[in-house]
Amino acid sequence: MIAELGLAALWLAAALAVLQLVAGATAVAGKGKGLSGVVRPVAVVQGLFILLSFLVLIVLFARTDLSVKLVALSSHSAKPFIFKIAGAWGNHEGSMLLWVMVMGLAGAFVALFERRLPERTMLATLAGQAFVSLGFYAFLLASSNPFERLNPAAVEGNGLNPLLQDIGLAFHPPTLYLGYVGLSVAFSFAIGALVTREVGPAFAKAMRPWVLGAWIFLTIGITAGSYWAYYELGWGGWWFWDPVENASLMPWLAATALLHSASVLASRDALRTWTVMLGVVAFSMSMVGTFLVRSGILTSVHAFAVDPERGTFILVLLAIYIGGALTLFGLRATTVAEGKQFNTVSRESALVINNVLLSAILAIVLFGTLYPLVTEAFDTKVSVGPPYFNPVGAIFFFPMLLVLMVGPLLRWRTDSLGRVSKPLIFAGLAVLAAMIALLIKGGAGLLPFIGMALAAGLAIASVLPLRGRNLRRTPLATWGMVVAHLGVAVTLFGMGCETAYKVEKLEAVKVGESTQVGPWQVTLKAVSPVAGPNWTALEAAMGARYGDGPEYTITPQSRNFWTPPQQTAESALLTRWNGQLYAVIGGEADGGRWQLRLWWKPFVTLIWLGGLLIALGGTLALVGRVASDIRRGIARVKIAERKEGMA
Amino acid sequence: MSGDAATRQKRSRWALWLPLGLFAAFLLLVFYGLVRPANRDIESAMVGKPLPEFALPQAVPEREGLSKADFATGEPSLLNIFASWCIPCAIEAPQLEQLRQEGVTVNGIAIRDRTEDLNGFLERNGNPFERIGADNVSAVQLGIGSSGVPETFVIDGQGVIRYQHIGMVRDADLPLIRSKLMEAGQ
Repeated sequence: MIAELGLAALWLAAALAVLQLVAGATAVAGKGKGLSGVVRPVAVVQGLFILLSFLVLIVLFARTDLSVKLVALSSHSAKPFIFKIAGAWGNHEGSMLLWVMVMGLAGAFVALFERRLPERTMLATLAGQAFVSLGFYAFLLASSNPFERLNPAAVEGNGLNPLLQDIGLAFHPPTLYLGYVGLSVAFSFAIGALVTREVGPAFAKAMRPWVLGAWIFLTIGITAGSYWAYYELGWGGWWFWDPVENASLMPWLAATALLHSASVLASRDALRTWTVMLGVVAFSMSMVGTFLVRSGILTSVHAFAVDPERGTFILVLLAIYIGGALTLFGLRATTVAEGKQFNTVSRESALVINNVLLSAILAIVLFGTLYPLVTEAFDTKVSVGPPYFNPVGAIFFFPMLLVLMVGPLLRWRTDSLGRVSKPLIFAGLAVLAAMIALLIKGGAGLLPFIGMALAAGLAIASVLPLRGRNLRRTPLATWGMVVAHLGVAVTLFGMGCETAYKVEKLEAVKVGESTQVGPWQVTLKAVSPVAGPNWTALEAAMGARYGDGPEYTITPQSRNFWTPPQQTAESALLTRWNGQLYAVIGGEADGGRWQLRLWWKPFVTLIWLGGLLIALGGTLALVGRVASDIRRGIARVKIAERKEGMA
Repeated sequence: MSGDAATRQKRSRWALWLPLGLFAAFLLLVFYGLVRPANRDIESAMVGKPLPEFALPQAVPEREGLSKADFATGEPSLLNIFASWCIPCAIEAPQLEQLRQEGVTVNGIAIRDRTEDLNGFLERNGNPFERIGADNVSAVQLGIGSSGVPETFVIDGQGVIRYQHIGMVRDADLPLIRSKLMEAGQ
């Protein structure tokens, strides 16, 4: 019965979304005044029903209820419990349900707590949110019902792709989804503001926490995804410019630009049309990304969940939402009043340049990702890789870093470069010192060289906005900016260092033999079979010694899963403060030798540490903003009470 | 001034529709990509012409470099344009290996690549190549009429290009490539 309960809740939630759309739209159009009161409660109840539906799916997976088709197809009774739960969203139907669940909850949250926007804009926003949700409800109910029964019930489940049976990946897609859905809220706000033409600071302030939240999740998602690819695929690389990776990077770039332009709109009432445009683009990029991944239209190393028919469905949704939003934008943008003006040298200008450069990088990534499709339309199949993305992206990325050093020091509206040049000397000195140090060390290519030097400068420049401030009174949002910008420097340094100074060793060794990789001496001690709950593996025991230091044991494995049959390389990592040793065991070679692949990657961990710092910076800013919003809300209520008391 | 502002207004109004135009182009493109039948049998302008003069240095220590002279063996061979950063190249590797096991000579040209990356690529995907030349500026690639990776050429025993296959060599492409090799050998 429980599966039917989930399906019923899903239908009810979809019906409520229809009501939310119709009531909201008629109220905005000025007809049916009585309906405007139901929109907020309906949004809340819709959120509760879809949450119930999702919880039911979790329960079905936790129990491994094999009479449900989805569970039988993608789970297995022998799977560890945590992966049974994660299995609920590790497939197409479940992940779509997760998507609408988060959207429904976000809508409920907006309906409950957002009080700054004019009521009409608010209703238009909630109607927009319902409209977007409905597409996904239709998708679920028409072609991907997660609660479909299997009669007779299966005897055993079909497992989950073993590559995906990994704690990092169990939580990677939901993290990205939270980001995508956060951007869908920003999209709804943009639609609402366009419909009522009320694009101003109130709109930016209402939208900003959602963009910030989405951006934090996207940052964490990309960082985690990169680390997952790094240790799970066993290739030792951390970014492949693969279509799936690009699909997550593009919304992030758009969200980064949106975050900064929303800041300008919120505090200075400038960049009105641009911010609305980015609100539409950011969610569009999420949808485009989802489409590219799901449709299998591009060749990718992450070829999972590919189904052309579903791709077509997402394409139709894409055409309706994005096409509709851009049409609305074309019609309304000219009638949105222009915002405030600012001088060439001002914080607004720096943010505009940052936005333009981010958009350029976004365009480059989008073009590079789609280019194989363009050439394929002319019957040429090509693959675009790092030789395009790295140098072309760098042309815009490096200047952006320079603006990033200067911008936060500038004042709003108008400023002079002379005022900020003195503190910036420190950053310039850091760049010079790094260049000299790198030249003495030698061996770095042009891009990593420039990258590491600018990273040193940015690390200094990012903390300069704190100079002369009372640190305890500095707003959390400012701390957030400093930490996030510092994170960019840390990540960039890690990337440059890994690219320039990694050492790779491929060798076939016998048990008992040693080999040297960078400063490490690695000895193969033994190779033995081991077994897990649903796999068997060959495990190599290796002793690794850094210089004259103590010996550590690492145990990379070559795993064989049996449902479905698949072989994966489980790399072993040894982390020191200054880098990682990365070991993979391959197959058996002639004469009792084993193929070992070893890397020494100096400071590689900084890449992900920086990513986490960026996310932490976003979190600080979000907490700061929400806390001050709550304080202001309480103050408003108090003032209103006092007025009432006086009357 | 006011006239100036009016033109600016007009231009910006036009620009506001640009995103929609770009989006429509994107939709057309992916729609075409989804529905069009896969047809990769195309005639190349280079077919029937001799290879241009070239001599590429070795790309990895285990394999010699590649020059035009290496094709004048009297026997037909394959020339594969690939790169370690190219994902379709990794996917077509088993098919190349199969051809090699059938006795076909496969030579490679690595495009804009690095030795360490190539070593990793060959380690992961196998090495079906007799020789591998390093083409770091795509000069030879462009000279033989190839615009992307991967591409595979059938070269006859006199160094004349007889067939150009664009994109991955899939299992389904093997019979055609075998027959082109046969033709080139006659």
